[in-house]
Amino acid sequence: MNGQTMYDRLFGADAHTLVADGLFLHGTARIGTQEVAVIGTLDHAAIDVSIALRIAEAVLHVVRDDAADGKPPRPIVFMADTQGQALSRHEELLGLNGYFAHIVRCVDLARRQGHRLLTVISGEAVSGGFLAYGLMADRICALPKSQVRVMDLRAMSRVTKISLERLEELAKQSPVFAPGAENYWRMGGIHELWSEDDDWSACLAAALGKVASSDDRAAIGLERGGRLLAAPTAQLVANP
Amino acid sequence: MNGLQISYFEASARKRLSELVDAGSLVEFCPPEMRQTSPHLAMLDAPLAFDDGVVTGRASLSGHKVLIAAQEGRFNGGAVGEVHGAKIRGLLDRALSERPAAVLLLIDSGGVRLHEANAGLIAISEIMRAVLRVQAAGIPVFALVGGSCGAFGGMGIVTRLCTEVVMSEQGRLGLSGPEVIETVKGVEEFDSRDRALVWRITGGKLRRALGEATLLVDDLIPAFRTAAAKLIERYRAHPPVPADLDELLGAQAELTERSVRFAAARDGREIWQADFAEASRVPEMTVAEFNALLGEAA
Repeated sequence: MNGQTMYDRLFGADAHTLVADGLFLHGTARIGTQEVAVIGTLDHAAIDVSIALRIAEAVLHVVRDDAADGKPPRPIVFMADTQGQALSRHEELLGLNGYFAHIVRCVDLARRQGHRLLTVISGEAVSGGFLAYGLMADRICALPKSQVRVMDLRAMSRVTKISLERLEELAKQSPVFAPGAENYWRMGGIHELWSEDDDWSACLAAALGKVASSDDRAAIGLERGGRLLAAPTAQLVANP
Repeated sequence: MNGLQISYFEASARKRLSELVDAGSLVEFCPPEMRQTSPHLAMLDAPLAFDDGVVTGRASLSGHKVLIAAQEGRFNGGAVGEVHGAKIRGLLDRALSERPAAVLLLIDSGGVRLHEANAGLIAISEIMRAVLRVQAAGIPVFALVGGSCGAFGGMGIVTRLCTEVVMSEQGRLGLSGPEVIETVKGVEEFDSRDRALVWRITGGKLRRALGEATLLVDDLIPAFRTAAAKLIERYRAHPPVPADLDELLGAQAELTERSVRFAAARDGREIWQADFAEASRVPEMTVAEFNALLGEAA
């Protein structure tokens, strides 16, 4: 599915003005009668300093414009499609981690200003690129065929010196290390998995209605049986 | 304090803690006796630690109450798994009700623990949100970075979300480690065995010159203690307030300016040349001299 078809299915063909500028995506759309801002990346973008600055700036401009217009804060939909952070000496020298932290602060400002934050994973969601903004939303949904991971099993096998066969076997029982949106769903890291048969714009509207600004992912992971220790361990330390 | 000069870099997490806080004041939460170990490491027959590689507790520092977490770089590179991450998140949650003078994160971590990568990634995003909540409640969070694993991956992002970042020259801060970049992009891009180069890209002096670290201290536990104590005093008088639009627009402009100014830079030398009259001397400068010159430059 190309981007345009996907955006049409999500927002309705006549209800969005999304512009792809290189690997950066932005614009406005309607979900039902609600206007939303859309910010994201496409084509499995490797997030570098320049894309990070554009994401952060777009978030700040939504916050600024709504405050200036005296409008109720619009929801922000993050379209996440990233292969992870850009890997280069130059990016590291500049402090790419600091640029990602800046995005996170901007997203947090939007949350505190009352913007509802929703992520739609539309391709890949990998590691640092996913942490930078997709994982910071209040509600995270994945389109079918989304690839969500830190590292593929082959690379993990090389690093951990555990055989690929063993990892593949264990991955059938445990959601904890193997790639897959389903695994993240079980662990509470993704709230909703949408299927090919779903009406995505109806899903989007419903998801927007369920956005809550508290971070309940550990409790959800416990409830779904995919992350049994996070919530009780945090509780042991927080309030023994 | 026994008068010996104790290297922060060389010390274990527990040693750092014991020398950093007031003697005998540490009360540990979820201590090793509780044996809250990682079932995921066990499933893969990997070694376990009864504290899962992070100590969490309450202590006093110069008489002020702090909550404190110390990652153990010697266990799995300080990497964050489900239990390890949940302990740090729990500590930050606790700060909201206990209201310490500060939360101290002694970060020594390569990021996500691959044996439980999905749990680790989600845990780090939970820690990120928790750090922001604590700061929004007016409680400062200080990152101390001076261990052998540095602060990389998601913990490199967490570090930069903290209110202040105290680093030693030996400390390293970044996102992707040199080994990862070399493996994927080749040795020409980043030779991870060239220690001087690695240090010029990720080390404390470079990070301080860029403003990513807010204080540079000697590689001594008492130096970190003195810095933390000073910061606590400073923030007791002026608690942190969450960043507003103007502040973040300012940060946006600064970060943009840096990316333009150093658009082609691939070595820390190029950044020092912009800041220091005698850039070639930067590696050999003492921390005191470096800080003094940086103060003059700024």
